[in-house]
Amino acid sequence: MRIVVLVKAVPIVGNERLGDDRRVDRANGLEANGNDEYTMEAALKLTEAHGGEVTLLTMGPAAAAEALRKGLAMGAARAVHVSDPALAGSDARTTATVLAAAIRRLEYDLVFAGADTSDGLGGVVAPWLAALLGLPYLSYGSRIEPGPDGTTIQVRRLGARGYDLLEAPMPALVMGTQVLGEPRYPSLRGIMQARTKEIATWSLADLGIPAETVGAGVAGSRVTSTALPPPRAGATVVREAPDVAVARVIDFLAARRLI
Amino acid sequence: MPGAIWAIAELDDEGQPTRLAQELATLARGLAAEAGADATGVVLGAGAATVQAAGTAFATYLPTILTLDVPGTADHAAAAAAAPALAALVRERRPAVVLVGASPDGKDLAGALAGLLDRAVLVNGAAVRWADSAPAVEMSTFGGRLVTQSVPTVEEALILVRPGSVTAEPAAAPGTVTAVMPAATETLPLVRVVERVQAEAAAASIDDARIIVAGGRGVGGPDGFGVIRDLAEALGGAVGATRAVVDAGWIAYSQQIGQTGKIVKPALYLAVGISGAIQHKVGMQTSGTIVAINRDPDAPIVEFADLVVIGDLFEIVPRLTAALRARQA
Repeated sequence: MRIVVLVKAVPIVGNERLGDDRRVDRANGLEANGNDEYTMEAALKLTEAHGGEVTLLTMGPAAAAEALRKGLAMGAARAVHVSDPALAGSDARTTATVLAAAIRRLEYDLVFAGADTSDGLGGVVAPWLAALLGLPYLSYGSRIEPGPDGTTIQVRRLGARGYDLLEAPMPALVMGTQVLGEPRYPSLRGIMQARTKEIATWSLADLGIPAETVGAGVAGSRVTSTALPPPRAGATVVREAPDVAVARVIDFLAARRLI
Repeated sequence: MPGAIWAIAELDDEGQPTRLAQELATLARGLAAEAGADATGVVLGAGAATVQAAGTAFATYLPTILTLDVPGTADHAAAAAAAPALAALVRERRPAVVLVGASPDGKDLAGALAGLLDRAVLVNGAAVRWADSAPAVEMSTFGGRLVTQSVPTVEEALILVRPGSVTAEPAAAPGTVTAVMPAATETLPLVRVVERVQAEAAAASIDDARIIVAGGRGVGGPDGFGVIRDLAEALGGAVGATRAVVDAGWIAYSQQIGQTGKIVKPALYLAVGISGAIQHKVGMQTSGTIVAINRDPDAPIVEFADLVVIGDLFEIVPRLTAALRARQA
């Protein structure tokens, strides 16, 4: 089973900021998007159980390679890093288009993507990519297993009240959630081995994509203003005995018409 | 007259428009009034009777409803089954704005639709206004630390809108419902639903809850959630949780709030035994009112709550529940 795992290098949660150009500042420390580590783990487990290899794929600035290095230490066989100055300020359309072009150059049975990224919160790149590649799309996975005859993939899709068991022939694109299970910590041996694993760097020219068709210049939207949210007034702290404290909570909620 | 504003309805298990769908419809009506355009609702589902019934319910909110019977959505993943028909309808009628809910189903549909259409796609909308002949989308970003406003760079847009953008309000008069059957020119690979499995006792959804009572490690164990559930019930709210307690198996992932769970914006967020680590904070920071009950006066949540009660949650929460019930009686 050959699995391509999509990884987005996002600003460290809590440190995100916009640069002067009103784009997300990606020069301030990056880490693999939280949800992507769950799909990475699921891919490693599947290849360990059924054979095959994991290839990591990211699109991002030079610093994104750090997120790949950790995945290689966890056990991925190789990584591909699509990086090009012209990709700065890319929107979901460019991201989906470029990732599709990169995936077409790889051999795979499955493509994995994590649910929402912590910086963009869009959640549309994975289904968009599936549509561009003409792949079946199985989303919000809580469990991923090969089908009975080995030619299909089965995914439990989490819903509001349980799950749907989905099945599609491979190749397919699977989007997964945290419920897939905790990512492993890289072992010391894994970290050593990762140093010699290949990270292929592909430019737009390598993918045959003209620079003027991607990036900030063709983005579907532009930021017109930014503002800080109104600050909270600061908390009222209640330290009285339980009965008094409860009465104060009730008064507070009633004054705000919440009860 | 500018192109129409469309709201795509998401239906619940009973085939009725969800609260998020009702909010989108209300938002579409408001935008259309500002733009001097028509507001239209679109209902997709399997079976003519099903979409007709849902269309009639959605017509409470909008003057015009178009229904599409997409039989494939009955036993296939809905987004890929429905997107080609919806894309064909969008191409045929050219609405200026298509509003889709930023729910799991909505995001799947919007992504598939985006792959079939050539439109500006704006995600994560917290509010949408009409300004200078275009929609302006407000987004709460970086865990609520920054508010940005964006506009599309081309005329036609697809906008994903989060729960809570507006308060859903029915229109003055119900609209008309028309069944349409656009000729889809493309298809997407279908994904079969082998089985639909319902959880035994599904908890109330946190997605669009007005009140959420959330528990963290401080509740001590799965049994500790009993007092959280009781309080949520007394308040008519839903139960939320932090990642730590979901990982520990005390409560289902569907209730998880934060970085790898859901982002919520209830009117009241009651955080019980939750320290307020950044991964949780980013999921609830924009809530209307935040009340925390915590033993630790130095917990990070004290920094961004409106009211903090310092004490033992097992002494405070049951008394609060009892007091609320006594007040309602």
